[in-house]
Amino acid sequence: MTTKDATYTYTLRLGDDALILGHRLSELCSRGPILEEDLALTNVALDMIGRAQALLKYAADIEGKGKTDDDIAYRRAEINYCNHLLIEQPNGDFAHTIARQLFVSVFEFLFYTELEKSRDETLAAIASKTIKEIKYHMQHAIDWTLRLGDGTSESHKRMQTAVNDLWMYTGELFEMDEVDAQLMRDGIAVDLIPIKAQWHNDIKTVLNKATLLMPEDTYMQTGSKKGIHTENLGHILSEMQYLQRAYPDATW
Amino acid sequence: MHNEHSDTHFQSRIDNGEHIEAKDYMPEGYRKHLIRQISQHAHSEVIGMQPEGNWITRAPSLRAKQILLAKIQDEGGHGLYLYSAAETLGVSRAELIENLQSGKAKYSSIFNYPALNWADIGAIGWLVDGAAIVNQVSLQRTSYGPYSRAMVRICKEESFHQRQGYEIMTKMMRGTKDQQAMAQDAMNRWWWPSLMMFGPHDTDSPHSSDAVKWKIKRETNDELRQKFIDKTIPQAELIGLTIPDNNFSLDEKTGHYKISPINWDEFYRVIAGHGPCNKQRVDHHIKFHEEGAWVREAAVAYKQKHVKKELETA
Amino acid sequence: MATDTQLDLWEVFIQSKSGLPYIHAGSVHASDNKMAIQNARDIYTRRGEGTSIWVLPSKHIVASNPDDNDMLFDPSNDKVYRHPTFYLMPEGAKNI
Repeated sequence: MTTKDATYTYTLRLGDDALILGHRLSELCSRGPILEEDLALTNVALDMIGRAQALLKYAADIEGKGKTDDDIAYRRAEINYCNHLLIEQPNGDFAHTIARQLFVSVFEFLFYTELEKSRDETLAAIASKTIKEIKYHMQHAIDWTLRLGDGTSESHKRMQTAVNDLWMYTGELFEMDEVDAQLMRDGIAVDLIPIKAQWHNDIKTVLNKATLLMPEDTYMQTGSKKGIHTENLGHILSEMQYLQRAYPDATW
Repeated sequence: MHNEHSDTHFQSRIDNGEHIEAKDYMPEGYRKHLIRQISQHAHSEVIGMQPEGNWITRAPSLRAKQILLAKIQDEGGHGLYLYSAAETLGVSRAELIENLQSGKAKYSSIFNYPALNWADIGAIGWLVDGAAIVNQVSLQRTSYGPYSRAMVRICKEESFHQRQGYEIMTKMMRGTKDQQAMAQDAMNRWWWPSLMMFGPHDTDSPHSSDAVKWKIKRETNDELRQKFIDKTIPQAELIGLTIPDNNFSLDEKTGHYKISPINWDEFYRVIAGHGPCNKQRVDHHIKFHEEGAWVREAAVAYKQKHVKKELETA
Repeated sequence: MATDTQLDLWEVFIQSKSGLPYIHAGSVHASDNKMAIQNARDIYTRRGEGTSIWVLPSKHIVASNPDDNDMLFDPSNDKVYRHPTFYLMPEGAKNI
């Protein structure tokens, strides 16, 4: 595998995470628990879509076939998407949304902090812009985890359930394959081993503070790196790609 | 000594062009009118998030999705500014929401129409926001300070809404036959309802006279509607959209367009609750309001547990 | 029906550029300090309007009573000597 091919795949993976999470969060518009929170979640969604644009555009540039970020976002088959399984999980109740945000944003904070040092200048630049956004997402997710975990008995129960439900999708965040190995040799990719340990620590601290229990590691789901997703992604794509697929000759 | 708490004094302040602030004396009728109008306006913004929200997950490009999300977010923000303005009059947001959900308070009937194809997002921005802006620009000079300030902020933010809608319509009219058909279909469905947004004719409008006297409303329904018609018809013609009215004409002398009579039966039918989406819109609001209750309660409970700590670190 | 909570009302003040005064931007609802700041940020600084935010619970605002306006504000109207234009300077005086 050439560095170019590996960088393409690596960038696509990051772009798909942003794309699909942005999509999931956009579904929440007009569905927030209070008007203020509706607007807050939309801000996170907008950050994600902006990041997706930057990453997918870069992926298109690397590929060099004249595609746009939209071509990549809207004209691929499900099996070619490589976002993490955790990202595509439904919003569920607000506790599930927050648990997903917590797991993802703590991961992304650690990840993008390292990616800022990448020898790939474009990825490093995207990372340094996005890290500011992620800090805010993480703060928002942590604060809500504390409120829900240490709020009422109902919110505590819901938050614990959400944490437990999503736990099996967290292992995948730290999987590495030949793409990572190749790019780590080139000084481009981030080593996920130290990040995994740090992530566990950070999550444990937050959950403890929120009076929640850290779930036990059981079986971890896997597959996204090979295009094997949960059933959720197909539905996301059938909505997201509808106009582009139904009117392939149109520009929007 | 003049009586600062008299209606005469109040009216003379209004006539002098002064703004009224929350703690100033105001006649009960003025307060009631404002609460009704501001909350109706706030509810319209919030319910208005739904028809556009219906297309967020199907927006056809990343750019389109960003624009639409940012726009709907603005609507939510505007609802929030307006709820806050209403709250200065001594009514809580919880009460206002309750009135919306019980049907006691109204919102703009336009949002009881469905958004059926992507061009509807264009038509809503261009026509619905276009009509709203005509009204809102006028309301920046409304006599109640908090309402006026909210409207200034809203107008500033809304300036991109109509343009993005017109951009969508333009793109579609320059696009494929399918896209042109969608755009015209959207035009056909949104034109008349957007004209109805200005409310009944001045001769039939139950609230107009007080509202004008108190300078809550600065221009009448018919004046505002005419402004909208005059600027919108040329915009439609420029991009090749047909106005769904066989008998409209330009009066060369006045420079104003004359249109066919508006179907007020439809207007009153939708207001009475029998529009295509009345039930759906309110049900949606109730559903997510109720589903959010445990979250709000958790936030309050958390605050109560940690209030001491917070005061110490504040 | 249990009474619904929409959380507490807060007033938001935004500084648009460092060095400038904080100006009242509007209100938000929030349960605690952090949420109030975050909500104020998410609602009132979406277009780069801010470099700094103050929030405070609305109930802590003390406002003057409009009935006292005569007493509070009119007496300062005739104190013209507080304004620089009150003073006569000799022809040709510079930098003063």
